[in-house]
Amino acid sequence: MKQFIIRRLGYSLISLIVLSLTIFFFVRVTGDPATLLVEPGASEADIAAIHHQFGLDRPLVVQYLLFMANLARGDLGQSFYYQMPVSELYLSRLPNSLLLAAVAMSFSLLIGIPTGILAAVRVGSFWDSAGKLFALLGLSLPSFFVGLLMILFFSVYLGWLPSSGSGTALHLIMPAFALGWYFAAAHMRLMRSSMLEVLGSEYIKLARLKGLPQALVIGKHALKNALTPVLTLAGINLVLMINVAVIVETVFAWPGVGRLLYEGVSFRDFPVVQGVVILGGAMIVVVNLLVDILYAVIDPRIRLET
Amino acid sequence: MSNSIHSFASSEGKRPVAAISNRPLLELRNLSTNYISARGRRVVRAVDDVTLTINAGETLGIVGESGSGKSTLALTILRVLPPAAHIVGGQMMFEGEDLVQKSDAEMRRVRGKRIAMILQDPMASLNPLFTVGDQVAEPIRVHEGASRATAWRRAIGLLKAVRIASPETRVRQHPHEMSGGMRQRIVGAIAMSCEPRLLIADEPTTSLDLTIQAQYLNLLRELQREHGLALIFITHNLGIVAKMCDQLAVMYAGRVVESGPVSRIFNAPAHPYTEALLNSIPRMGDNRERLTAIEGQPPNLASLPPGCAFAPRCPVAFDRCRAEAPPAMDLGAGRTARCWLAVPAAAEAGLQDGAV
Repeated sequence: MKQFIIRRLGYSLISLIVLSLTIFFFVRVTGDPATLLVEPGASEADIAAIHHQFGLDRPLVVQYLLFMANLARGDLGQSFYYQMPVSELYLSRLPNSLLLAAVAMSFSLLIGIPTGILAAVRVGSFWDSAGKLFALLGLSLPSFFVGLLMILFFSVYLGWLPSSGSGTALHLIMPAFALGWYFAAAHMRLMRSSMLEVLGSEYIKLARLKGLPQALVIGKHALKNALTPVLTLAGINLVLMINVAVIVETVFAWPGVGRLLYEGVSFRDFPVVQGVVILGGAMIVVVNLLVDILYAVIDPRIRLET
Repeated sequence: MSNSIHSFASSEGKRPVAAISNRPLLELRNLSTNYISARGRRVVRAVDDVTLTINAGETLGIVGESGSGKSTLALTILRVLPPAAHIVGGQMMFEGEDLVQKSDAEMRRVRGKRIAMILQDPMASLNPLFTVGDQVAEPIRVHEGASRATAWRRAIGLLKAVRIASPETRVRQHPHEMSGGMRQRIVGAIAMSCEPRLLIADEPTTSLDLTIQAQYLNLLRELQREHGLALIFITHNLGIVAKMCDQLAVMYAGRVVESGPVSRIFNAPAHPYTEALLNSIPRMGDNRERLTAIEGQPPNLASLPPGCAFAPRCPVAFDRCRAEAPPAMDLGAGRTARCWLAVPAAAEAGLQDGAV
């Protein structure tokens, strides 16, 4: 188990280095940040001064190595636009993203797990077909579209919910729904297929042959087995939700890290973009590792393997 | 050895072996189960007009090729059928009640309590995520409302009864920590947990190696003797039938083509299919170069010939066989056969041979 974790950590480190290289060079393709920071009509000298201030006049390789050296010390650099440390910016936005992701995840599991079970237990019935339609809509309607529809209906037409911003529970409902919508459908589909597989197993047949009530067969014997892949996916999805809510956070003006990334890209704020992407990547890597360990806790068979 | 067998007997004491000795424990009358496709276009007669009886304490062997309906018959008795399968006719009189007529809730109280079943694959039939103790104790808790502690104690006793060493440790372990033979004994312990009257074993030793097989069969026989248990033994191994069974039913294409006492059928099979099965057993000292196999292919249940299903492979089939399916003919001496050539005289001959 220990050796397994160490090896996985090594792989994780390599993928993070590849990620840092990719984002470092790609963000520099977007253009020169100095042109967005100076007054219109600024002189060549002013731009050169800004380049010098941010170290953009040095060779790319030197810039990258400096960035990595700082990163190793836990320093993500200084935002060009906000003139403050990226880590501080990130941490100020993170609670909002966590809140949004937690609510969206609860929503997606509360919808996805029961509907998935229902569709599997009543396979081929009306409920199964309704579930399939829901999954199709969930997976094919993009979150910004669902978000805009909701704004149109609940904010503009009914006037029940605020269309943007944060601060109250009401502000959270629509972004969480828009973000969780896709994941609810994904969790429902996986729950259904995983449950169907388990329901066809011999141990479920034996549980029925033992005369257990349906509630015990489904709720105990089948659910615990069928839940494992769904939990794995949910763990990974939670981190995805924190880090890919760029569009939802932009549509609803929700001040999370997704919106920070959006701002970073629009202002060519290289350290912000790099910082948000690297931290997001690190989070995904860590959660993958945690899910693997959780898996081993739930399923005793995995403890034997390394 | 014997004390451990009794140690898990419930406090109510042992039930009488048979309330009315001349009434069979289970009597299947013209039982039929069909697999019906979603729109009812295709109908597969997996169990077709089966009539069989089994008495308390007796062992009935059911043999037949894969797909002959043996397992569907077992699942029909317990009414744990896949969604596409439906009981379309007949009766299953068990201790005076028709199981076909029972509600789902009533049927649930029969399963695991009065009729138990052992499945074929011990590696797959235990839930990997729960301890062995939990799985053995479960039917006791559900059927008898026993407390967790009581059920757990009984589970330990049951593991002891199926010869599992250090049961106190084993109850807390998970199935993956045990061998196939041990797991199958645990499945046996689950089956015995509520002291059923009838145990259906569906090829329980197929996936075990030979020495473990023999041990397991002996264990089943001991449990059967101690508890006056009736056993339905589904197998394709005629050697096991000879060792274990009193009665035999041979299934072909969903029908029981021959039934009766094992020794009489072995000595004088009344149906050509039974005869072919018996001839295909290799014997010691047999120096033929090739094993005898039954010519032709097993029938496709979705499109059976109009007459006898075995006619296309039967060496003695004649015109009537291909046109008209023979009914189950009573040959006397508790024997039946579905063959136009089977005559009571054959049973007569079997009776004499059987006495040897």
